[in-house]
Amino acid sequence: MTDARRSTQTSVRSPQHSERSGQMRDTHRSASTCDAQHSAQTRGRRTPAPPPDPLLESLPFPLAARQLLQNQQLRANLRHATHTIRSKRKSVVAELPHWEELRSAGAAMKDRALCSLDSYLEQLEANLIQNGAQVHWASDAAEAQRIVTCLIKAHGVDEVVKIKSMVTQEIELNEALEAEGIAAWETDLAELIVQLGHDRPSNILVPAIHRNRDEVREIFLREMKLYGQAAPDDLDNDPEDLAACARNHLREKFLRAKVALSGANFAVADTGTLVIVESEGNGRMCLTLPDVLISITGIEKVIPTVEDLEIVLQLLPRSSTGERMNPYTSMWTGVTPGDGPQEVHVVLVDNGRTRVLADPIGRAALRCIRCAACMHICPVYERVGGHAYGSVYPGPIGSVLTPQLRGLKSVLDKSLPYASSLCGACAEVCPVKIPLPDLLLHLRRRVVDEVKRRHVGLEQTAMRCVGWVMGSGRRFGLVGRLAGWTRIFIRRDFITHLPWLGKRWTARRDMRMPARVSFRRAWRRRARDKK
Amino acid sequence: MSRELVFKRIRQALQNGGEDTSATGAPSTWEYGRPTAVADPIGLFIERIKDYRAVVLRTPGVEEVPLLIASCLAKAQATSVVVPVGFDEAWIRTAALAGIELYRDEPPLSKQELDGISAVVTTATSAMAETGTIALDHRSGQGRRILTLLPDTHVCVIRIDQIVSDVPESMALLKTSIQAGLPITLISGPSATSDIELTRVEGVHGPRNLYVIVVG
Repeated sequence: MTDARRSTQTSVRSPQHSERSGQMRDTHRSASTCDAQHSAQTRGRRTPAPPPDPLLESLPFPLAARQLLQNQQLRANLRHATHTIRSKRKSVVAELPHWEELRSAGAAMKDRALCSLDSYLEQLEANLIQNGAQVHWASDAAEAQRIVTCLIKAHGVDEVVKIKSMVTQEIELNEALEAEGIAAWETDLAELIVQLGHDRPSNILVPAIHRNRDEVREIFLREMKLYGQAAPDDLDNDPEDLAACARNHLREKFLRAKVALSGANFAVADTGTLVIVESEGNGRMCLTLPDVLISITGIEKVIPTVEDLEIVLQLLPRSSTGERMNPYTSMWTGVTPGDGPQEVHVVLVDNGRTRVLADPIGRAALRCIRCAACMHICPVYERVGGHAYGSVYPGPIGSVLTPQLRGLKSVLDKSLPYASSLCGACAEVCPVKIPLPDLLLHLRRRVVDEVKRRHVGLEQTAMRCVGWVMGSGRRFGLVGRLAGWTRIFIRRDFITHLPWLGKRWTARRDMRMPARVSFRRAWRRRARDKK
Repeated sequence: MSRELVFKRIRQALQNGGEDTSATGAPSTWEYGRPTAVADPIGLFIERIKDYRAVVLRTPGVEEVPLLIASCLAKAQATSVVVPVGFDEAWIRTAALAGIELYRDEPPLSKQELDGISAVVTTATSAMAETGTIALDHRSGQGRRILTLLPDTHVCVIRIDQIVSDVPESMALLKTSIQAGLPITLISGPSATSDIELTRVEGVHGPRNLYVIVVG
C-alpha cells in the first residue's frame, strides 16, 4: 500500500481511553476496504462545496488578469492589505541591523539543505522514526491523498481538523477527503471564512482579504448552524465578536477531533523536529488535542540542524506578517509520551519538487519559506490579486515555482514567467534572497526554447527577418529610408490603431511614426555640412 | 516503492547541476547562538511583550509572587485554576485562599475538564527580549502543552536570569530540550488574528489573557 516505515513504537500507548479497543477493530475493517477507495460517493457533502471550477484556472495570466482588474472592490482591498503589510514589514526589518547578514545566512542554509537533500531527508526520516513517528513518502499528489485517506480511515473517523497548509492546498487534499466522505475542517479564521463562504483563498497570508465584516457575519449566520455550533442570532459585525463566534464554533470540533492534519514550516533533519509558526492558536489546538496527528510536508522544508532555527525564526515572522515574532510557534519531535497526539505520522511529498531541483538555476525557488513578502511588494500582484496566477502559489514566487512544479506544459504555466515587470522589488525583500527576476528571465528563456524546438512560429520568422535586415548596414539603411517614406501617407506623429496582429501592440500603447529622415542619413548630412 | 523513487529523482536532479554554483552551498559566515547587544534585556522584554498587549507585573523577590498570582487571577475574573506537575504550590496558596478552585494535573485532566477551567499558572524555560517571547519546554512546572492552551487565562512566572537578548541566545538554550525530544512552545502575547479587514483581535483559540510576572 504505502511505504509506511515501521516505527519502534507503532502501538498506540493510551491505555486510559477505554474506547480504544473498539477503534482498533475499525482499523482492520477499513484498512481492507482502503484499496477500493476513490469510489464515487453518492451521499451528500460533508463540508461546504467550493465554487465550481473557475474558468480562470485554465486561462493564461494576461486574460485572467484583465478580468480580475475589473473588480474595483478587490483592487481596493488588495491595495489596503499589501500596503499595510508592506509598511509593517519595513519597520520591523529596520529594527535589525544585521538583517542583510541574516538573509545571506538563510539563503546559504537553504542551499546547503537542497544540495544534500537526499542525506538530510534520510537523517530526518531516521530521527522521526527513532522518536516514535511513522514516515510515509508520496511521489505525487494522488499518492499523498491516498496515504492520508487510508490513515484517517484506519481510525474509523469521518471528520478531521486542519491547520492552514499550502501543500495540502497544492495536493487538493480537502476535496479528495470529501470524495471519501471525510470532512476536513479548516481552523484558521480566514480559511474558515473561505470554506464556509464556498469560496477560494485570495491571498496566502490573509486568505479572506476580499471579504468585509458584514459578509463574514452573513456567512457565519448562514453556514455555521449547518455544520455544528450555530452562530448566535444577535451576532455583531465587530471583528472581535466574529472571532469569538469562530472560537465557539471550532472549540466543539477541536475537543471532538480524533485526527488532525497539519503541514510544517520547517523539518529539522538532525533532531526530527517539525515546526509550525502561527498566530491564532488553532495550530496548537490541532497539534495538541487529537489522538493522531498527520503532518504533510514538502521535501524541500527540511533544514539541516536545530541551530538553523534561529535564522528562520527571525526571518519568517518579520517578512510575513511584519511582527517581531508571531504569537505561537510549536515544535514537536515525534511522539511525546503523555503529552499531545500519541500517534504521529509525517507524509513527505515530492509532487514536482525534484523537477525543480533538477534545474540548477531554477532550484533557488525551493529556498522559499512561504512568507509572502514578494507578493505584498509586487506591483502586479497588488493590482490583479492571487486568483490570476491559477495556482495556490501566487505572486512572483508563484510565477517561478508553479511552472517548474508542473513542468511548463500548459498555456497558463508558460504565461506565468511573463507576469512581471521585472522591477526587482521582490528580490530585495525575499528573506532567503531568491533572485526572482533572474529566475523569471531564466524561465522565459526555457519557454522560448521550448517553442523554438517545436515549430518555427511567426515571432521567430519576424525576428529572423529583422536579423537579416540588421545584419548589414546597407540593408538597414535602405529599410530606414523606406520607413521614412510612410510619412508621405500618414501625417500624424503617433499611430494609435494598427490592424490585425499589430493590434496587440497598439492596444496598450501608441506607436511613434518612423522619422522622416533616418538617423543615419541625418548624421551623414551633418558631416557633409560641417565640411 | 515511492521512497526509493523520490530518492532516485533527488539524486538524479542533483547530478544535473553539480557544477553550477548559482544555487549551491555558499559558505555562510553566520555565527550561531550569538547574543545580540541589548542594553537592558529585562526592560526591553517587558516593553516588547506589553506591545502584544500582555499584562506585565514585576517584583524584586519571590515573596510577593503568591499575591501577584492571586491578583492576576482576580483581574481575569478566574474562578478556577490549574497548576502543572512540579509547580511550587506555595505560590498558588493565596489565590486558593481567595476562593479560586484549584486543580492539579495529576492524574492528567481530560480535555473536557481543562476546557472548563478558567486559568493556568506556569513557569517558563527562557524569554527573548528583542521579540518579547516566552519559551516553554514543558518540563516540570510548565505542564503538558494542553494546559497552557485550553484555559482562557495564562499567568506565567519568569525569573530575570531567564531573560536573554534575542532568538539565537534563547534557541541555544532550548537546543538540549529539543534534542531530548521535548516539545517547545514559543509564546509572544495572547493569541491574535488580523484576518477580518486586517483588524487585530486578541484571542482566538489560545488563552485570550496573558499575564507575565517578572521576578528579580
